[in-house]
Order: sequence, then C-alpha cells, then structure tokens
Amino acid sequence: MHYSPQPLHIPDGFLSLIVSILCWVITVSILGIAISKTNKALGGKQVPLMGVMAAFIFAAQMINFPVAGGTSGHLLGGVLAAITLGPWAGMLVMTAVIIVQALLFQDGGLLVMGANILNMGLVTAAIGYGLYRAVSGRSQTVKLTVAGIAAWLSVMAGALFTSLQLWLSGTSQLQIVIPAMLGVHALIGLGESLITVAALAFIFRSRPDLLGENSESARGSRGWVVAGALISLAVVLLSPLASADPDGLERVAGDLGFLQSGQSAPFQIIPDYSFPILGQTPLSTIFAGIIGIVVVGIIIVLLGQGMRAKS
Amino acid sequence: MHFDAFDRYHESESFIHRLDPRVKVAVTVAFILSNALLPDGAWIAFGFSWLFLLLANLLSNLGVAFTFKRSLIALPFALIAITVLFSIPGKPLTTFHFLMWDLTITDMGLLRFVSILIRSWLSVQMAILLVATARFPDIIHALEHLRVPSILTTIIAFLYRYLFVLADEVFRLLRARESRSAAAPGQKAGRSILWRAGIAGHMAGQLFLRSYERSDRVYNAMLARGYTGHFETINPHELHRLDYLTTALALIAILLLQLVGRL
Amino acid sequence: MTNVLQVHDLHFSYHGGISALRGVSFEMCAGDKVALVGPNGAGKSTLMLHLNGILNGHGAVIVGGQRLTRDNLPVIRAMVGLVFQNPDDQLFSPTVFEDVAFGPLHMGLSMEQVESRVQSALEAVRMSGFRDRLSHHLSVGEKKRIAIATVLSMDPQILVLDEPSAGLDPRARRALINLLRELPITMLVSTHDMNLVEELFPRTIVMDEGQIVADGKTKEILDDEKLLTAHGLEKP
Repeated sequence: MHYSPQPLHIPDGFLSLIVSILCWVITVSILGIAISKTNKALGGKQVPLMGVMAAFIFAAQMINFPVAGGTSGHLLGGVLAAITLGPWAGMLVMTAVIIVQALLFQDGGLLVMGANILNMGLVTAAIGYGLYRAVSGRSQTVKLTVAGIAAWLSVMAGALFTSLQLWLSGTSQLQIVIPAMLGVHALIGLGESLITVAALAFIFRSRPDLLGENSESARGSRGWVVAGALISLAVVLLSPLASADPDGLERVAGDLGFLQSGQSAPFQIIPDYSFPILGQTPLSTIFAGIIGIVVVGIIIVLLGQGMRAKS
Repeated sequence: MHFDAFDRYHESESFIHRLDPRVKVAVTVAFILSNALLPDGAWIAFGFSWLFLLLANLLSNLGVAFTFKRSLIALPFALIAITVLFSIPGKPLTTFHFLMWDLTITDMGLLRFVSILIRSWLSVQMAILLVATARFPDIIHALEHLRVPSILTTIIAFLYRYLFVLADEVFRLLRARESRSAAAPGQKAGRSILWRAGIAGHMAGQLFLRSYERSDRVYNAMLARGYTGHFETINPHELHRLDYLTTALALIAILLLQLVGRL
Repeated sequence: MTNVLQVHDLHFSYHGGISALRGVSFEMCAGDKVALVGPNGAGKSTLMLHLNGILNGHGAVIVGGQRLTRDNLPVIRAMVGLVFQNPDDQLFSPTVFEDVAFGPLHMGLSMEQVESRVQSALEAVRMSGFRDRLSHHLSVGEKKRIAIATVLSMDPQILVLDEPSAGLDPRARRALINLLRELPITMLVSTHDMNLVEELFPRTIVMDEGQIVADGKTKEILDDEKLLTAHGLEKP
C-alpha cells in the first residue's frame, strides 16, 4: 500500500503568478482569523488534539472502498474535520494536512499551496460546517443527511474553484475543464458523502457527546450558515452556467481584464455539457445539478434509516 | 511490520545536506518562483534552470539523476493543460479529427503547453530534493523561522509524529478487512457499493475516536512533563557564513536566469 | 487423514531484501491443534499472513485441497480464519453484531443465514449476550473473544491465531484457554506462552530465522532443553 496523489492537488507551474498570489492573500487572511479564534476556544488541549486529528485525516484518506473495476473511493475529510472539530480548528487541521502533502509528497505545489489550501481546506470546511450548523437542533437523520449533501457539495466546490483558477491562469479552457472536473468529482463527491455520513453515524453511536450540544460542532456562530449557504449556492448555480455559457463568462472576464493569455480568438472546438433530453441550455445543466443533489439526498436518507434500523 | 513509506529523507554526507534548512527552503521557493516568472518559450533560461537543478543534485551526493527518476509524479496532471494546444491563436501546425471535433494544434499553443510542463517538471524536482536533503523536523523548524505561525508548525510536528502510528493502524485495519473479505464458491461477494462505503466510513469513524482519545493521553503526558500551553523550542540551527554565501550565490544565479529569459 | 493445510517450501523476502521465510514446509490434518513457537523475528507472523494470501511468497499454500492463487483468494479467506494479535485491528464496525456479521455478509449470504452464523459464532466464544454492544467499549479479553467470533462466523476449516493470550489478565487468559480447548476446529496458534502450549497443544512447530527447526510432539520438544535454549525458548 503506498501513497498516491489525488486529483484536486494543483502542482506548481499550472497557475499564473497573479492567481497564485491572490489565493495566498485570501488563504492567509482566513487562516489568520482561524488561528486567533482557535487560540481562544480550546485552550491548552487544542494543539495535541489538532495535531493528532491532522494525522487522522491524513491516515483516513488512505481508507478506501472498491467501486468498480479496480477503482476505489476515498475521503478528503474537510467536512468531517469541520463538523467534529468546529470550523476554525477544522480549517487549521486541513491546512496542516495539505502542507505536509505538498512538502513531503509533492502532492500539490509549493507556490500554489495557497490555492490548494483554499480549495480543499477552507471552502470544504466552510460548506461543511455552515450547512451542518443550519440544522443544529434537528434530528440525527436530518443532520446526517445534511452532512452528506455538504460533503458532496464540498468536493464539487473544490473542483469548481480549482477549475476557475486554472482557467483564469490561462492553463485550461473553461468549456473543457469545468465539465471534466465537475463530472469526475460528482462521482468522487459521492464517495466522500457516503464515507462522511458513515463515519459520523459511527461517532453518534459511540461518543454522541462529541457531537452534542456542548461540543465544537454546535458552538460556531450562525454566520457560518450564511457563508456555507452562499458558497453552496454559488456551486450549484455557477457550475452549470459556466459550462453552458462559457463564452459569456469569458467575455465578462476578458472585459474585466482577468484572463491571462490571448484566448480571445474564436475557438475551433466547443464541446457541450448538457442533459440529453433538454439540449444545450443552462436550464438543462442546472437540472442535472439538482438531480444530483436530490439523488445524494435520497441515498443518504436511506443509508441513515438503514443504520438506525439496525441499532 | 513497519510503515516507512513516509521517509523521504536520504541520508548522505554532502554540501547540501550540511546547509541550514532555512537556506534550502528559501532557495527552493526562489527557484520555483523563478520558473513561474520565466516567460513562455524562454528555452535557454529553462535550460539554465535545469543546469541549476542538476548542479544541486550533484552537490547533494545523491546522483545527478536523483530527482529526474522521481519527477514523473506530476505527469497525469498535465492532461488538464492539454486544451492549451488547441486554443491559443497562432500558426496552425497540424489538424486532426477527434470524435466530432476538428482540433488544430498551433505553434503558440505548443509553445505554451511545453512551457507549462517544463516549469512544473523543474519545480517538482527541486521540491523532491528539498525533502531528500533536509530532515522533516528540520524543515518544520525552518518554517518556524520563516515566520509561519507556531500553532501551525506545531500541528504539523504532531501530524508528522503520529502519522506513522495512525497509518500503521489504518494499514492493519485494511488488512483485517481484507482477511474477512471472503467469498462462498459460486456466489457473488462484496454486496453493494453502498455497503462497502459504509464499512469504510465506519473504519474512519473508529479511527477518529481512537485518535481523539489518543490525543487526550498525549495531552496528559504533556501535562505530566510541565506543559503549560506554550511551546519552548530549542533552536539548533545557526546560520554560518557558508549559508549566507550559498544563498547569495543562488539568488544571483536565479536573477541572471531571469535576465537571460527576457533577452 | 485429510489434509486441511499444506505448505510446501515457502520463501518470502520483504522489500529491501530481508529474507523472512526460507523454505518452510509442513502439513496439518483435520482436528490438529498445533502451537507455533519461536523468538521474535522468526517469521511466525509472516508465515501466518501467507496462509490467507495477505502476503505472497514463492512456494505453495494448499488449503482444503485447493492451491492458493490470486483468483481464489476470497474463497480461501472463508476457509482460513486469521485472527491478529491486536483485537483493535480486527474490530472495525460499530457493534459486535456488525463485526461478526461482516464475513458472512461479504460472502453474500442471506440475512437469515447471517443471523444464524452470528448467533453460533457468539455462542462458540461464550458471548451471546454481547450482540448489540459497542466494540469500542469492550475490555481487552472481551475484544479478543469477539475477534475470534468474527472469523468463526465464516465457518472456516482452520483457525489461525497470532498471540491470543498476550496482554490478558489471568482470568481472561483462563477463559481463553477454556475456549480454545473446547472449540472443535483445526487450529494453528503462535504464542510465547509456553504454559499455554503445554496445556492445549499436542504438537508444536519451532521456528527460527525463517525456517522450521523442529516439528513434533509437544512433550518431546519441551523436554529437549538444548533445542529450547538454542532458539530462545524456556521450559514452562
């Protein structure tokens, strides 16, 4: 068994300097807040806890399950970390994991680490905690369902942000990278969902106090709900729009001076990403996105009920 | 049975090994930055960059092809940039038909694509050399000196310390699962994907609880040795003249590189 | 005298060239209870991991007449019940029931069959009341017995245990000994506990440095002081 790189980690050389720096600025600012908030919250115990938890996330990413034909599903862990440790600690833990992955295994570059931390550590934790916090007082089934949806969305959000960064750097074409990344990660996100929900269900059963009213998972402010909801909304609406009308997005970005290299010439290839029945409209892709969320939701509810039936 | 795939350090006596870890981290970052700043198609500058890298390989006594042999790691990601071949306007080189599309590779597209690959390839090799010539705990110290917040570096230190322990546990859990992944003759085994995913999730949850409770024990052990919430670190690293000299030379070399690239 | 297990000339080296098994051969018939002893590093655990295909060396492993190959690994795993030393490694489901049910569930048995398998496995280890308990909360001795149940539920032909009595207090150890005595199943048990060997196992295999150095009646081996000393063992 060896360590193998995962699809969302961007290596050096694929993002332009400006995009890299921008992501660093965002990441460092958010991490700064996370550090000051965590210092206040957990007291002396925090560091060994977060350290061992970071090792846990790293190790948990090695737990797999066979999907089909030799491929397997894995865990990224951002949502799990945020729900069990609280949003800020969760972000720090994921950041530590991403840093070590980049440094020790060259899984993700050094200069582009700001972007990788943003995509896999910050955005995932925000969505995970935000959505989970929104159902704070509800039943366990609801919590598990929402956690599952959040896990799927977190992977999609990571993929979306990665795609946008690659596009803005002039490395990839929007029409191709968004459908490709989102398509692949829609499946990966499903694996993330299932594992996250099963892990949380396990914890609910064995140590419910860790997820109860006085735990980290319930103490964050309601502001997180807004943050999580906004990002989720952006993912659900922006991705299909971007895939269906990339030229429009390109034009806007070009006008605002965002694009890096000369890509304003008409393209020779325009692949389409659309739902077969409805054809090439933004409506069809939003429809596909909603179907995805509904399917995930149904699966999670069934899984949750199945597990409760046993206990 | 030990899980030591996490040891990327290669013990050796060499000039590079003896350098202060801060120097190695700083030069690595500067090198990667330099690659990022070089314009597309700056072949001569890329060539010099590569020579810089080979020199570093040599000076580390690990063999001139050390990083080259390990550099294919980022290759799959290259696919993500492949569209660049077709999308940058320029002189058409060749056209071919793929499924329902006509794809034309342009000269500017090829230039850009190859430049992206070269930058990535050079950068990842320097990063590989870094962890091969500096012990990870030393790299963590270097990060601290380079003003990375201590809470983050301490978390990373703990991560590294317990990574082996937890990875071992995962390894053994997976092995136990494999041992009971049996089949009755003539019967399809494995049940549904949903079930298998649930098992994986349970294992993650199990691991989580063990880790959580382990951290309690770690905290108690720290308390028993006088931990009050702050970490005092001993600084074993001192910068010598050689470190300063090397850093200066390296930066000058990189600057010259940049100049060459823009001629 | 049917052969449950045959091992022919097994060789195995770990990455880095460390030779762990250097030509191991032995046979076991149905109903045999065999102890595997030897110093640490002798290759006992390595040998056991070959019996259900976790490790693959050169040589042949034949279980119940079937030769172990990549293709029939899952079937072999139903026949060889391997129990690791640390029960925490073995128990990865939330409840005892789910852990014991994993094997038969994976095999694709119906829910009724699974239920009855779990029930008989728990009865065999004298832990019928523990069905709905959380594995996380059990004591070491209890975990060890449940770990045995998790492989018994697959109805194996041979039970392979790695250091079952390690870490147990005298009471738990006594319970384990009684359990092993009563289980009517072929077993191969590696252990340092020479009292356990003397009490339970008529036949002993001594391993050292990747080879079998003795294979015979326990009584004779335990009386051979030279042999014991040469391989770091003590008379009980």
